[in-house]
Amino acid sequence: MQDFPNISIPLGDGADFIVSFLQNNLEPFFDFIAWLTSSTITAFDDFLNFLPWWLILILVFLIGLYFQNWKSGLLFSTFIFLVGSFGFWEELMITVAIVITAVVICIMIGIPVGIFMALNKPFSVFMRPILDAMQTMPSFIYLIPAIFFFSLGNVPAVFATIIYAVPPVIRLTELAIRNVDKEVVESAESFGSSRKQILFKVQLPQAIPTIMAGINQTTMMALAMVVIASMVGAGGLGEQVLIAINRLDIALGFEAGISIVFLAIIIDRVTAGIGDRFQRDKGDH
Amino acid sequence: MSVKMKINNVSKIFGPKPKSAIPLVEQGKSKDDILAETGNTVGVYDANLEIEEGELFVIMGLSGSGKSTLIRCLNLLNKPTKGAIEVDGEDVVKFKGEKLKQYRQKKIAMVFQHFGLFSHRTVLGNVEYGLEIRGVPTEERRKVARENLESVGLKGWEDKYPDELSGGMQQRVGLARALANDPDILLMDEPFSALDPLIRREMQLELLDLQERLQKTIIFITHDINEAFKIGDRVAVMKDGKVVQTGTPESILEEPANDYISEFIKDIDRSKIIQAENVMMKPNAVVSLKDGLNVAVREMEANGLSSVFVTDRSRKLQGIVTIDDAIKGIKEKKSLEDVMVKQIETVSREAYLEEIIPKAVDTKYPIAVVNEEQRLEGIILRVHVLSSLIAENG
Repeated sequence: MQDFPNISIPLGDGADFIVSFLQNNLEPFFDFIAWLTSSTITAFDDFLNFLPWWLILILVFLIGLYFQNWKSGLLFSTFIFLVGSFGFWEELMITVAIVITAVVICIMIGIPVGIFMALNKPFSVFMRPILDAMQTMPSFIYLIPAIFFFSLGNVPAVFATIIYAVPPVIRLTELAIRNVDKEVVESAESFGSSRKQILFKVQLPQAIPTIMAGINQTTMMALAMVVIASMVGAGGLGEQVLIAINRLDIALGFEAGISIVFLAIIIDRVTAGIGDRFQRDKGDH
Repeated sequence: MSVKMKINNVSKIFGPKPKSAIPLVEQGKSKDDILAETGNTVGVYDANLEIEEGELFVIMGLSGSGKSTLIRCLNLLNKPTKGAIEVDGEDVVKFKGEKLKQYRQKKIAMVFQHFGLFSHRTVLGNVEYGLEIRGVPTEERRKVARENLESVGLKGWEDKYPDELSGGMQQRVGLARALANDPDILLMDEPFSALDPLIRREMQLELLDLQERLQKTIIFITHDINEAFKIGDRVAVMKDGKVVQTGTPESILEEPANDYISEFIKDIDRSKIIQAENVMMKPNAVVSLKDGLNVAVREMEANGLSSVFVTDRSRKLQGIVTIDDAIKGIKEKKSLEDVMVKQIETVSREAYLEEIIPKAVDTKYPIAVVNEEQRLEGIILRVHVLSSLIAENG
């Protein structure tokens, strides 16, 4: 048997160099991002904590009622009540705050990028392998540069979450815009619409149901990542899971785990419900 | 009538290097050879057409004949690779940016095969779209949209969504949407192909009505030769990207340019195309009421006829008299008025053969072609009806 020759291509060193370079030269930029992100999370968290617990239960019930039916509403508020009874009320709120912040940023980045990919073939070809890499790279890896850029806490958690969770909304936005019926786009063009009018009056409204499916996927992935991101110091339910692992505490692990499942079910049903509603109403114009 | 649109040597080639394929087509190579050699697909090659103002011009061809490509060249959804399209004397192929937008917004509108409606907008929202992007104020454009919906018979459906409507109704929305812009030229890309036959016939008649009212220049695409010949003032037949014959339906029926077209018109229901005026003969033997029976008999003998039409002093048709009745009448000293048959079948000049056939079956006399004042304009013998149904070369 022949050993592999003693060749070393320092690709990893390259990545290290880039991260260090960015960290050293763009520090004010990262500080600004960190400040913006952490104040957004804090604002959400403060707001959620400002609301009395019973009001949140009622709100969750009403959300379930609006997007599904009263049974779902009752189920959702029972879930939240149970999480509170495990003693995780504050953790739940911080997790929700982080997920919402991450998803909002994902949407703000993802939809424009998706639109641009749909309209620009070379850009789409360029982006596709990057999106593949973002989705397949083990999610823990993102935590390393996140720490370098933003040190410990909720901000690197959001950063890592965005990288991991943004691809679905980008991909589905691109797909949705591309799949708008060719004749429908042609008819808009035949009336002398500008590119902008075609995009905003025809392509985007037609694409909304599919884009909502992308947002649903992104939200679910964000929730999954928030748990992992507790390794870099994000608070919330993930932190409880981490503590349970460290202590081999089955009771705590189960309660924290099932709380995340409850939250996932609610978020999934609600975002899917929003998508359905758009499909039914066809988005008002 | 003036020429509204002039299509000069228009070619459209799709592929990586469209221009490179032009010389090959000029050498007469086939579509498949050019595709294999250069990777380019010939959509339309060297189309030359003149479309007159207010005309309903039909472009007919099977799928892949380039008809949809050609119609998309007219509003620049496809930019021609070569050639010019003159509308009111201006070459629109050169239009770009604002000028192109203006052309599409004001001069030309299109109706699509699968309707191309915006499913996220209401029926009214669809119809007002063209005006909306032109920046017409909401109140005004809604008013125009409502009027147009009413004119296609969709009053009361304004707030529905397209998917709540039947196919025929959806295409009416498509038509109303195109008309709301008040274009000079209306492009219709197989507008009725996706509809079932009954609705299609209804829509064809409505289109003819509409055309009579609005006098738009309509360019209509179809793969159905019966539809083409039924509604078209003139028809262009396309094959493999080339226009092979242009003319009125009757002229194409009479003189097909080549075997391809002869083959095509074999299938055609001639009774729906041929009109009374195409088969009637001039009424050269006619007797007047005051002439009497003797003149009638002489007239028939001179022309070798067994019957002759009778008119009054103002040439209004009164009846018909046969040679047997006339001779009998002379013997019995009766007047022409007494022996002539007053119940005769009449048709107008524009009547289609399909209306004439049942009358020819019912009567044993020739059929009279009359105008609105009942004046005799022509005579159709029963044998003419039958012979005209048979294609000359079929």
